[in-house]
Amino acid sequence: MTLDLILFLLLAVIAVAAAVGMLVSKNTVHAALFLVLNFATIAVFYLILGGPFISMAQITVYTGAIMVLFLFVIMLLGVEKLSGQDKLSWQVPTALTLGALLLLESGYFLIFRRTPLEMSGTQSIPEAFGGPSAVADALFQHYALPVEIAGVLLLVAMVGVIALTKWEKGRS
Amino acid sequence: MLLSEVSTTSTLFQLIPWIVFFPAIGLLINIIFGGRMSEKAIGAVASLASGLAFGIAVLMAIGLAQNHGEPVVVPFLEWIHIGDLQLDWTFRVDTLSNVMTLAVTLVGTLIHIYAIGYMHEDVRHQGDPGRYRRFFVFLNLFIVMMMILVTGDSYAMLFVGWEGVGLCSYLLIGFWYDKGEGGIGNALAAKKAFVANRVGDFGFLVAMFLTFWAFGSLDFANVFEKAPEIAQTMPGVVLAITLFMLLGVTGKSAQIPLYVWLPDAMAGPTPVSALIHAATMVTAGVYLVARSAPIFVQLPQAQNTVAMVGGLTALFAATIAVGQFDIKKVLAYSTISQLGFMVAAVGMGAFVAGMFHLVTHAFFKALLFLSAGSVIQGMERGEHHVAHHQQDDLHAARRKKKQKEAHTFDPQDMRNMGGLRTKMPVTFWVYLTGAVALAGVPPLAGFWSKDEILLEASHLNMPVYILLTLAAILTAFYMGRQIFMVFFGETRTAPAEHAEESPPVMTIPLIILAILAFFGGALNLPGLHTFEHWLEHTFMAFEVELEALPFSIPVATLSTILALASITGAWALYGRKPLQKKQPDPLRKLGWLFTGMENKWWVDEIYWFLILDRYVDLAWFLADEVDWRFWHDWFHEKVILATFNSLSRLLALRVDLGGIDRIANGLADGTQALAACMRRLQTGFVRNYALSVFVGVVVIIGYLMFR
Amino acid sequence: MLPVTYYVALSAILFILGAVGVLIRRNLIVIFMSVELMLNAANLAFVAFARYYQSMSGQVFVFFVMAVAAAEVAVGLSLIVAIYRARHTINVDDLSEMKG
Repeated sequence: MTLDLILFLLLAVIAVAAAVGMLVSKNTVHAALFLVLNFATIAVFYLILGGPFISMAQITVYTGAIMVLFLFVIMLLGVEKLSGQDKLSWQVPTALTLGALLLLESGYFLIFRRTPLEMSGTQSIPEAFGGPSAVADALFQHYALPVEIAGVLLLVAMVGVIALTKWEKGRS
Repeated sequence: MLLSEVSTTSTLFQLIPWIVFFPAIGLLINIIFGGRMSEKAIGAVASLASGLAFGIAVLMAIGLAQNHGEPVVVPFLEWIHIGDLQLDWTFRVDTLSNVMTLAVTLVGTLIHIYAIGYMHEDVRHQGDPGRYRRFFVFLNLFIVMMMILVTGDSYAMLFVGWEGVGLCSYLLIGFWYDKGEGGIGNALAAKKAFVANRVGDFGFLVAMFLTFWAFGSLDFANVFEKAPEIAQTMPGVVLAITLFMLLGVTGKSAQIPLYVWLPDAMAGPTPVSALIHAATMVTAGVYLVARSAPIFVQLPQAQNTVAMVGGLTALFAATIAVGQFDIKKVLAYSTISQLGFMVAAVGMGAFVAGMFHLVTHAFFKALLFLSAGSVIQGMERGEHHVAHHQQDDLHAARRKKKQKEAHTFDPQDMRNMGGLRTKMPVTFWVYLTGAVALAGVPPLAGFWSKDEILLEASHLNMPVYILLTLAAILTAFYMGRQIFMVFFGETRTAPAEHAEESPPVMTIPLIILAILAFFGGALNLPGLHTFEHWLEHTFMAFEVELEALPFSIPVATLSTILALASITGAWALYGRKPLQKKQPDPLRKLGWLFTGMENKWWVDEIYWFLILDRYVDLAWFLADEVDWRFWHDWFHEKVILATFNSLSRLLALRVDLGGIDRIANGLADGTQALAACMRRLQTGFVRNYALSVFVGVVVIIGYLMFR
Repeated sequence: MLPVTYYVALSAILFILGAVGVLIRRNLIVIFMSVELMLNAANLAFVAFARYYQSMSGQVFVFFVMAVAAAEVAVGLSLIVAIYRARHTINVDDLSEMKG
């Protein structure tokens, strides 16, 4: 039992628990907060895996921007809880069974199909790996065009959101 | 031989197609512009067209004289070339066809001129002046067709003309198709002529087919050259050709047994009777036999048959002529009788005598018919005069009665005439000339030609000679009877009393024809034999021997004495004591004999009983039993319709509804059922859709797991 | 460093949890959050492999996923707001007009 493994298991348990918590919590706000916790643990994983910049981006973009947006919408609509019964009584057991099946299948692959993935890889990584300058090099040199396209995508999303909102106003 | 003929064709002979084109142009002018032309102009155009054709005929005669009578063939048009069948429109100019063209165009032109005056009154009398133009169009068309007939160089072209004149005959007999007995009498007469001619034409057609089969050609030159050889090898076929041709001749030239149409053909206007049914068209049969002389001379039995048919017809028709009262009917039967003379002559082999009689007969019979037309119109004028005067001075009731009488008045009945000698002097004299010529009194035309036939017959065929002599006696008698009844004695009716002479446009052609009838015999005077030498060129070309017999005093004397005697007999019966009003015919004392003559020996009735009634019965049988009951009721209704119905029922109920519809409906129902199933999957719940996606993921990964 | 398999297993578990969340929850917003969870599970695998192969491409792809997620969240949330305004519900089971 190395320190690495202990840390990993600890964090993994937190992440899974947060995910389960999000899944089962009746209150939407709680679900959102569980998700924030989950994202934070994942950000820690990123740090461990040699991605300091992406870890920071995870914190700011996901836990910061996206989850705050979720919370805003929840509060805006005031729908923390849903009333009424689930109309699809068999949906939950079926979904759980299927999820278990998929878990078993994944486990089968991970345990019985021994692939190079089980190897831990090199322990040492370059100093600058995952740093801002390395990410910038990769993004703006090798992936310049996709970055541009992603920018256009964001622009289109922004225009779309405005249009949806305006349409809403026009109707009312 | 053909080549030499073509090479000697001079430019003069190249004009020969115009003999057809001039009348054709005339009729086209009248068709196209006639509506805006006056009656005189129409008549002038038609007469001029016919006259120009006569001019061409004269030019041809001059050309032939220069050419020493050698036949000339002028190719004109290719018509049909199929395999061995080579039909061309080729003109043949030889002395025989030239005689025909001259006679037809000369008489035709005179009749055209006469018709200008005649039709002027006729269309008014019949009450439809619009048909004036049509008459001249038909008349020119007839000239066209007759020229094609006599100038053609093959049986095919001859047949074209043959059918063409038949058509014109039909059109002109039925010219007043809405008149006559019951309003359709004339149309029926036209139909009768047409049907009788069809029977004859059938014979001619078969003869043509056999000719082509046996000789391989329809050109005269080819056929006649091979005639002796083929007659040796295939006598049966050649006999069949001649006999079928004879059937054609009996149709066109009104011989026993197909003569019955000619008397009825008098329904046409009188110029038509003169031109078509006396002078020209009906002689086409005689021309055909004379033209086919090289074939006929090969077979004596064929010649005898033709001669006997001619002789019998001559006598038979002469007896009927004696018993007739209609002025035109007498002449019609006389025509049949005279055609019998010609057919007998050409049948015996006396081709020149036959053709000679054809020409002289054309003159005097045309003259007689036209004079008869003049008499009829004189009577009509008298009738009109009487009716007009009645209107002035008589009471209405009486007028009505008189008008009714006038309506039933028959201007053609000789019993209504009498004493016209003083009323219509010109007509009387020309009629007398024609009658004496026909009777065979020297020195008029009829005497010479008839005498020549009798002379030939006395040498060649004694039974026919006897028949013809008897016919000649009767001929003189019925002509004498007619003259005395029409022109001598007292006028028997009021219209006859007021009869008027015809205008000069009618009488001048009559006078010209009278001159021709008087001097026509000069063509072939005994000893000179001009006509014989002229025709010799045609017949000698195909080795048909012609033999000019020396003038025989006994035959000539006998026929003259007999003719004069029967005229005297006629005078004794009709001239010495002229018929009075309502007096029966003196010949009635003969009893059944006269009744028979008067009723045409009931030949029409016999034909009706033997052939036409049977034919009608057969038609009814075919219509009622075979067509209606068998074909319609049984075959169509029961067999075809029922089968079809059951078949369609089977197809509709079993195949269509049971098979195709069920498949189609099954497809539709299946799709619907499937859709109903699939529809359940479409729950509308997003989570269900997501679930199915998830199922897919699990299944695919499971598949990869067990792969 | 721990074997990549550990991270992949964690990623799989998180992903399955997200998927199950999409299937069992009726609240549109929670479903949406489950989708985000699935995206993050995938991102974790990316980063683990990037570490394993010592390649920046994995991390760069995570950036793109983030960009797409941001756009998706913006549009998705505005759609949810619009739906709520129109229907006054964010229960997906109430939105079953597509029922056949």
